[in-house]
Amino acid sequence: MPEGEVVHTAGKINPVKTCQPIGAMYAALGIHRCLPHSHGSQGCCAYHRMHLTRHFRDPVLASTSSFTEGASVFGGAANLKTAIKNVFEIYKPDIIAVHTTCLSETIGDDLPTIIKQSEVPEGKVVIHANTPSYQGSHITGFSNMVKAMVTYLAARDEETIRKKRVNIIPGFVNPSDMREIKRITSSLGVDMIMFPDTTNVLDSPLTAKYDMYPEGGTTVEEIRDTGNSRLTLALGAWSSNAAGAALMEKCGVPCVPLKVPIGLKATDDLIMTLKEKFDAVVPDDLTLERGQVVDTLIDTHFHYQGKKVAIYGDPDIVVPLVEFVLTMGMIPKYVITGTPGKAFEEQVGAMIEEAGIEDYIVKAEGDLFDLHQWIKEESVDLLIGNTYGKYIARTEDIPLVRVGFPILDRAVHPLMPITGYKGCLRLIEMISNALLERRDRDCLDEDYELVL
Amino acid sequence: MLEKYPEKVLKNRKKHITIVDTNQACQQIEANTRTIPGIITQRGCAYAGCKGVVVGPIKDMVHIVHGPIGCAFYAWGTRRNKARADDNTPPEKMFSTLCVSTDMQESDIVFGGEKKLAKMIDEVVEMFHPRAVSICATCPVGLIGDDLGAVAKAAQERHGIQVLSFNCEGYKGVSQSAGHHIANNNLMENVIGTGPERDPNDKYVINILGEYNIGGDGWEMERILGDIGYKVNCVLTGDTSYLEIKNLHQAHLNLVQCHRSINYIAEMMETKYGTPWLKVNFIGVEATKKSLREMALCFGDEELIRKTEEVIAREEARIMPVIEHYRKICQGKTAFAFVGGSRSHHYMHLLRDLGMEVVVAGYEFAHRDDYEGRQVIPTLKIDADSKNIPELHLSPDPEKFKDAHVHLNMSKEKFDELNKKVPLNYYEGMQPDMKDGEIMIDDCNHHELEKMVRALKPDLVFAGVRDKYYVQKLGVPAKQMHSYDYSGPYAGYNGALNFARDVANAITTPAWKLVTAPWEKQTQ
Repeated sequence: MPEGEVVHTAGKINPVKTCQPIGAMYAALGIHRCLPHSHGSQGCCAYHRMHLTRHFRDPVLASTSSFTEGASVFGGAANLKTAIKNVFEIYKPDIIAVHTTCLSETIGDDLPTIIKQSEVPEGKVVIHANTPSYQGSHITGFSNMVKAMVTYLAARDEETIRKKRVNIIPGFVNPSDMREIKRITSSLGVDMIMFPDTTNVLDSPLTAKYDMYPEGGTTVEEIRDTGNSRLTLALGAWSSNAAGAALMEKCGVPCVPLKVPIGLKATDDLIMTLKEKFDAVVPDDLTLERGQVVDTLIDTHFHYQGKKVAIYGDPDIVVPLVEFVLTMGMIPKYVITGTPGKAFEEQVGAMIEEAGIEDYIVKAEGDLFDLHQWIKEESVDLLIGNTYGKYIARTEDIPLVRVGFPILDRAVHPLMPITGYKGCLRLIEMISNALLERRDRDCLDEDYELVL
Repeated sequence: MLEKYPEKVLKNRKKHITIVDTNQACQQIEANTRTIPGIITQRGCAYAGCKGVVVGPIKDMVHIVHGPIGCAFYAWGTRRNKARADDNTPPEKMFSTLCVSTDMQESDIVFGGEKKLAKMIDEVVEMFHPRAVSICATCPVGLIGDDLGAVAKAAQERHGIQVLSFNCEGYKGVSQSAGHHIANNNLMENVIGTGPERDPNDKYVINILGEYNIGGDGWEMERILGDIGYKVNCVLTGDTSYLEIKNLHQAHLNLVQCHRSINYIAEMMETKYGTPWLKVNFIGVEATKKSLREMALCFGDEELIRKTEEVIAREEARIMPVIEHYRKICQGKTAFAFVGGSRSHHYMHLLRDLGMEVVVAGYEFAHRDDYEGRQVIPTLKIDADSKNIPELHLSPDPEKFKDAHVHLNMSKEKFDELNKKVPLNYYEGMQPDMKDGEIMIDDCNHHELEKMVRALKPDLVFAGVRDKYYVQKLGVPAKQMHSYDYSGPYAGYNGALNFARDVANAITTPAWKLVTAPWEKQTQ
C-alpha cells in the first residue's frame, strides 16, 4: 500500500459493490419454486452462484444461457428459447426469473420479445429484469428484479382488497432478518406478504430429503395478490423503493418508504408505522424487547462510546447502521458505499452532523482503497462491514465486526438477525466484544483484569 | 437419470457419459463441447480460466480487470492461491490482495473504455510500482471493440514496464479451458525466456507447471523436492512472480501437475527450448512416491535416486501410522469426484491410499485427452469454438534450444533407455485408473449429479462449492475440492495427512446421526 496522499480516479481498487445480476439472482431465489436464469455467458452464473453459496452456505441453483462467441455475434434469442424449454422440462420450476448480463445488454437482446416467442407451459411464468452490470451495483440488480415481480405479476382485483394486510419489501438482507421482520409484523396482528422472501430457502434445514425447491419463498399467487393489499412498506430506498412505487402506480397500493429496521430508531419506525396504519396494538413482548435494548445500551455504553468507527457496505444497511452507532454514542468517522447515489452522502452526512460530529468523510461510489488511505492518515477504533475489509483490519491492526454482504470467512451469520430489537442486541454484543477482546489482548499484564 | 431430458439434450448428454469397460479397446467420451443452454452447469468462462486461475496468482504484477465491476470482484481472493514475500519479491512488491477494476459505466460501453483503461494503468503504476501489469478483458470489452493490445503497448512505452493484455472475454470457447489456453499463449509469447541466464552449475533445476498453491499445496511440494536436492525454479502459477516466469526456460525438466490448464506451455517449451516434461501427481502417498521416483530416473543420477528413497522412507515412516488410523475409518467407502480438469484423477490416488474407491468421476472443462490420454490428440476435431483460440506455432529457439537429453545431462542412448521406462511428454488420462462398471461423466450437471447421488448413495462427494450443499442436503457428506473447505495443503505427505483427517471427519462427524429429530423417529 502506498504511503501519503494518493488519489485514484479511474475505476475501483478493492470495491464495496459488485454487479447487478447477483442481486437479481438473490431476489429471484425469494420466489417459491423459482429458478433464476442468467442470460449471458456461463461464467457470470457460476460466479454469482459461488458467491451466494459461500455467503449463505446453502444450495444456490440457477441456469444460464451459456453464450459462446456465436451467440455474442448473432444474439442470444436462440439460446434463451432453448434454455426456457429445457429448464421447464428438466427442472420444472413454477417460474423462471431471467436477468441479463453486461454481455446480453451490450448486444441489445430484446428480452420481452424473446420471452413472448418462447414456449412457456400452461400455468408457468417467465419474468425478466434488465440488469446491465455497467450501471449501479448488486443492490440495483436486486431492486430491478423485485420491481419486475411487480410489473409482471401484481394485479388489482377490487373485490378482494385486504384492509388488514401489508406488503413488505425487505431489501437485500439475510433470511434471518426477513424472519425477524415477519415476526415483529405478525406480533402486531397485521397480515403480510413479504416479497422476496428467502427464509426457508437459503436457511433451509438438513433433512436428507432434499428438494430442489425448498418450502420458502413468496408464491407467484402471493406476488399477484400484493396488488390487493392495503399498504406497502419499502424497507431500504435503494433496494425496495422502485418496486413499491411500481406497485403504487400499477395497483394503487400506497407505499411508505422506511429504513431497513437496523437499530433502535429504525425498528421503532417500522413498529409505529404498522401501529398507525393498521390501528394495531403493540404487544408487551415487543415493549419488553425494546426495554432490554435500552437497558443494554446503558449497561455497556462505556465499552464503545466515543470510539471512532469506519462503516462500509450497501447503502440500505449502512444508513441505519450509522444511525444506530450514533445512538450508541460512537463516532462514524468514515462511511462509504460502492453503490452510486448522492442521496447517500446527504442522508448520512445529515445524521452525523445532527449528532454534532464535524470531522468525518462520507462517500458514495467509494472503494476500500480510499478507506484504507484515509485510515492511514487518521485511524479508527473499529471497522464494520463485509469480509473484504479484513485486509485493512490486519494491516492496520483494527478489529472488524462483520456485517453485510458478502461474509465469506465466517459462519452462522445468515441465521442471526441484525434487524429488530434482537438485532440491536446482537450488534451491541458484537461491537462491545470486539473492543473488549482487543483491550484484553493489548493491555499490560498489570492492567489485565477479570472484570470489564 | 437421462429419462427426464428432452430428446436433443438426451442425444447430446449420452455422448458425455461412459461406463468403463476394460474389454473395449478405446472407449470414447465427448468433451470440450458447448454446454446446453438452460442446463445447470458446473462450468465457468474464459475470463475465469485466464485471470482467475493462471494470471491472477502472479504476485508482483498488478492485474487490471477491464470491464464492469463484477468480474474483478468475484475473482478477488476466492481461489486461495497463497503467496508470500521473499528476497526477490519483498512486501512492497506484493499485490496479491488487490482487486483492480476499470468499473466500466454505461458511457464507457457507448464511447469505449480505452481512455479509462489507459488512465487506470498510469495510476496503478504510479501508486504501486509493480514489475509488470496485466489487463484481462471481460465480455463487453470484446463486443465494443476496445483495442487492449494497443492500450497495453502504449502504456508499456510510457512506463517502461511490460503490460500484458489478455483477450479472455467470457464468451470465448465453451468453458474456462479457453482462458487457460489464452493465458498460456501470452505468457509463452511475451514473458517466458526473457530473463537472465541461470548459473550453469545448478543441478536438478525444475519447474512445477499447473500448480496453483491452493491452501499451500505448492509449498509442500517444494519442501519435499528441496529436501531431495531439486532446485524449484518456478511454480506456475502458485506463489510465483513475473521475475520467475521470465526465467521459466532455464529448468532442466518441467513437471506438469494440472495437465488441462498448462499442457500448452509444457508443449510449447518442448518445441522452443527442447525442455522435456513429465506428468506428475503429488496428491496421494503412492502417487507422490511414483512421481518422485520417475523424476529421479529422469536425471539418472545415483545420488539423487538414493536421496529420493531416503526422503520417501523418512516421510512415510512419519505419516503412515497416522494414515493407517484414518484408513480404518475410510476403508471400503465410495466417492464421486467432479473437479476441474485434472484433480478428479489426482484425488483417485489419495482416496485409494485411504482404502476408498472413486466410482463416478468427471471433469468440468476437460478435453478428450484428459480422459482418454494424449494419443487421441491428433484425432480431435477442431470445432468453431476452439478455432477462436489461436494456436501458437513455435520453432526451436536458435540460441536456447537444447535436445532433451542435454537438458537432463545424459547421453542420447541413456535418454532413449529412460524414455522406455518413464513416459516423458505424455499423459495417459483418467481412464486407465478406472475400473469396470465405474462411470466417467464429462461436464456433469446438477440434475445428473443429484440423480446419481440418490441412486448410488456414495459415502462422500468431491465437488466445487456450488454442488457441496445440495449434496449434503441429500444426506451425503461433500467436500469442496477447489478451496478444500478452507483447509490444506492436500499435496505431498503433509497434505495426505490433512486430507485423511478431513475426509475421516467429514464421514464421521457426529451430526450425521442427528439428522432426524427424536420425535420424528419411527417406533419399531
